[in-house]
Amino acid sequence: MAIAVYLAIYSGLLVFLIGCFLRIREYSRVPFHLRWELYPVPHEAPQYAAHGGSYFESAESWRKPQEHHHVREWAAMLEEIVFLRSVWESNRRLWVSSFCLHSGLYLSIAAAALAAIAGVVPAHAALIPVSAGLATAAAWIGITGAVVIVDGAILLLISRVREPGLRNYTKGADIFNLLFFVATFGLLIAGTLVSGHAAATAEIVRGALRLDLSLPIHPLLGAGVVCASALAAYIPFTHMSHFIAKYFTWHEVRWDDRRMERGGALERRMAENLQYRPTWAAKHVGADGQRSWVEIAAGDPPQEVRK
Amino acid sequence: MRPGVSLNDFSRTDREPLIHLSNADLMPLPEPLTDKKDDPVSPALSEECRNRYECGLDDTCAVNIPQPKSPQEEERLVAQFLTGLEKLFSAANNWTFLQPLLLTMEHCTGCQTCADACHIFEASGRNELYRPTFRSEVLRRLYFKFVKHGGLFSAWQHGDIRLNWPLVARLIELSYRCNLCRRCAQACPIGCDNGLVAHELRKLFSQEMGIAARELHDQGSMLQLKAGSSTGMNAEVVKDNVAFIDEDISERTGIEVHTPWDVHGADVLLIHNAGEIMAWPENPGAFALILTLAGVSWTMSSELAGYDSINYGLWYDDAQFARVALKHVEAARKLGVKRVVLGECGHAHKALCVVADRMLTGEFNVPRESSLPLLRDIVLGGKIRFDPTRNDFPVTLHDPCNLVRLMGVVEPQREIVRALCPQFREMEPHGVDNYCCGGGSGFAIMSGNNFSDWRFHVAGRRKLDQVLTAFSDCLDPATPKYLCAPCSNCKGQFRDMLAYYDLWEKNRILYGGLVELIVNAATDVKPGFIEWEWH
Ligand code: SF4
Ligand code: SF4
Repeated sequence: MAIAVYLAIYSGLLVFLIGCFLRIREYSRVPFHLRWELYPVPHEAPQYAAHGGSYFESAESWRKPQEHHHVREWAAMLEEIVFLRSVWESNRRLWVSSFCLHSGLYLSIAAAALAAIAGVVPAHAALIPVSAGLATAAAWIGITGAVVIVDGAILLLISRVREPGLRNYTKGADIFNLLFFVATFGLLIAGTLVSGHAAATAEIVRGALRLDLSLPIHPLLGAGVVCASALAAYIPFTHMSHFIAKYFTWHEVRWDDRRMERGGALERRMAENLQYRPTWAAKHVGADGQRSWVEIAAGDPPQEVRK
Repeated sequence: MRPGVSLNDFSRTDREPLIHLSNADLMPLPEPLTDKKDDPVSPALSEECRNRYECGLDDTCAVNIPQPKSPQEEERLVAQFLTGLEKLFSAANNWTFLQPLLLTMEHCTGCQTCADACHIFEASGRNELYRPTFRSEVLRRLYFKFVKHGGLFSAWQHGDIRLNWPLVARLIELSYRCNLCRRCAQACPIGCDNGLVAHELRKLFSQEMGIAARELHDQGSMLQLKAGSSTGMNAEVVKDNVAFIDEDISERTGIEVHTPWDVHGADVLLIHNAGEIMAWPENPGAFALILTLAGVSWTMSSELAGYDSINYGLWYDDAQFARVALKHVEAARKLGVKRVVLGECGHAHKALCVVADRMLTGEFNVPRESSLPLLRDIVLGGKIRFDPTRNDFPVTLHDPCNLVRLMGVVEPQREIVRALCPQFREMEPHGVDNYCCGGGSGFAIMSGNNFSDWRFHVAGRRKLDQVLTAFSDCLDPATPKYLCAPCSNCKGQFRDMLAYYDLWEKNRILYGGLVELIVNAATDVKPGFIEWEWH
């Protein structure tokens, strides 16, 4: 039993990491795009950021260096990540369920991290209380997280089925994903209960880290851990990997107000783009696969008869 | 979804519109338009239009796509569309917006947070067809099916769709039912951008299939690149018109004004939306007067496109966009001015200051900025004396999306109206949370068939609601009211929409720019610069 569970954990984590890597690579490899920011942009100087403004509010702002206030940006990120601020502000109906699901996930990840630390604490007599304490903390944080996740996922399922606006854009996979969460974390809760002690999952983590094949694992809990590993492996290949997407949509689109400076690094990045050779077929573009983008932009449009 | 409107319907092969909107369906308006009987009924599309063009979306028609003559022609068009779709997701063809587009395609959770943010969806009475995610969902399904070559598993994950010519034709029209205001994107918890989707679709149709709204392309960017301005004015005509404006302004204000042309080494190259020169000459006149009184070293340019800041490519075509932006910058370089300053035109601001920024490398990177901070500094700087009592009438301020949400110019215009207009009141919401006037993305200049009825009834309705609410305490025609819109396109939309609802005649709501309020309050100017007359 133990070896199967450990293999699931190892492979689940590995596929998760590979999936995340592929996603990150996909989005970071695409060319540097045109500016497309959306205000408010929190890292603007305070006199602008207070009302959602930008450096464009000052005449001759180009004479001064562009300011970038990291602390404000981090604070905005924290609010968004922890409290789902945009859902709170724009879709209060969905906030409770989303917040449950997300905060439950954060708690579960924290629990897994604590369990992993507990698992690698050396088996020295003096450190036993430390690892036991960590394992207990991981257990209770994990159980709380799992309960909150199940609640959130069920509430989201109800919304997806009942609210017409959501239902019409819900695919089979969306229902499956939420059921996957309910089943996984439901199994983990049930498995913990039948195992008879709260830290049973933390012990599996410890066992996986130390390859302890002798660890007895209750089949129900084992199934929960296998499901959790499969869920981790599955997430990067779905839109649920929006935790990665959000980095790019926020930092490289909505908040990316970096202006072009002569001779600066952005100019060098843009120079590559200007050499692309597009093949758009409409006559006025004048693209033939030979002319570069900059040549097309510098030329006048060939006259054409439009529909 | 409302009965009868679904994503599957999008491929329906009959030519009947998918929806009909009646006035009863629309979001209610406040006083004095609470009675839906006062809402004019939109005329139906003409027989001729319905027989010649693809009108299978709703009750209007923006693009006039000719109906294909044969199934073979339909197939050819669909094949063209598919090739364009591939290109839209390729770096060589669409490096300009590929990253945000991919992110929007791959990460929408379907949470519908964006829906409540969209004024078009809300004003239509929440009609499914206008839900921000509707067109995005069509594109998303096409992307996974034809670009990612998804099979059955992908269809289960992302949904399936049937591609045919009616779908493509409807998608073309639907890409012109969005103001590209990006209010929905601001609300999205993931950062997906349904406004961008409409923008990218318009690009695909224009850049690959040669299909775009005539007002934006033939009569817009093409004419500008050929004649110098989408108004058709060449340099000589513009100079004549501006000379006439100078004369008129000098007479009206008692202050001699001469617009300087082609001054080498000037501090400021001022570029107006040339539509102002034709439709609202008091606006460039007021600019000239303010800059003269403030002693600014400035000029206008008679270079091709150097006297017309519009850049309609921003709304539908990257190549046209880049060409016009380069023309603007070339005009500045030829004169060796220190900076380009944009007059009251929102999309021109965003086009040249923001979106073109990264294209303009090396010596093309001429400083470009908004006129609003300069005006604010002049007004608050004490060089010109003002008497705010001259502006003692109710004033509200419209925030052009391109200037505010998309560029972050929020306060300078407010500092001016707060200083000069004792009865200033905000609309709610305002600033970066504003609503579009309904004329955004080119709609203000699009009036073919019955499209303008749609843009007043649906696209402009939420803004009209805001304007009427802002003036709800003074709707009596005895009190003249001023709706300040520091953007040429927004003014066009307000002119047409206020006239449509007869709000000048019945309630004395006038619209105008910001500089007119400044000149009206200037002590050294003859009183009464703002003429309370409809124009
Ligand atoms: S675009 Fe954003 S807000 Fe709209 S449904 Fe998709 S994820 Fe939700
Ligand atoms: S960009 Fe504006 S008009 Fe278009 S869908 Fe979004 S909110 Fe609606």
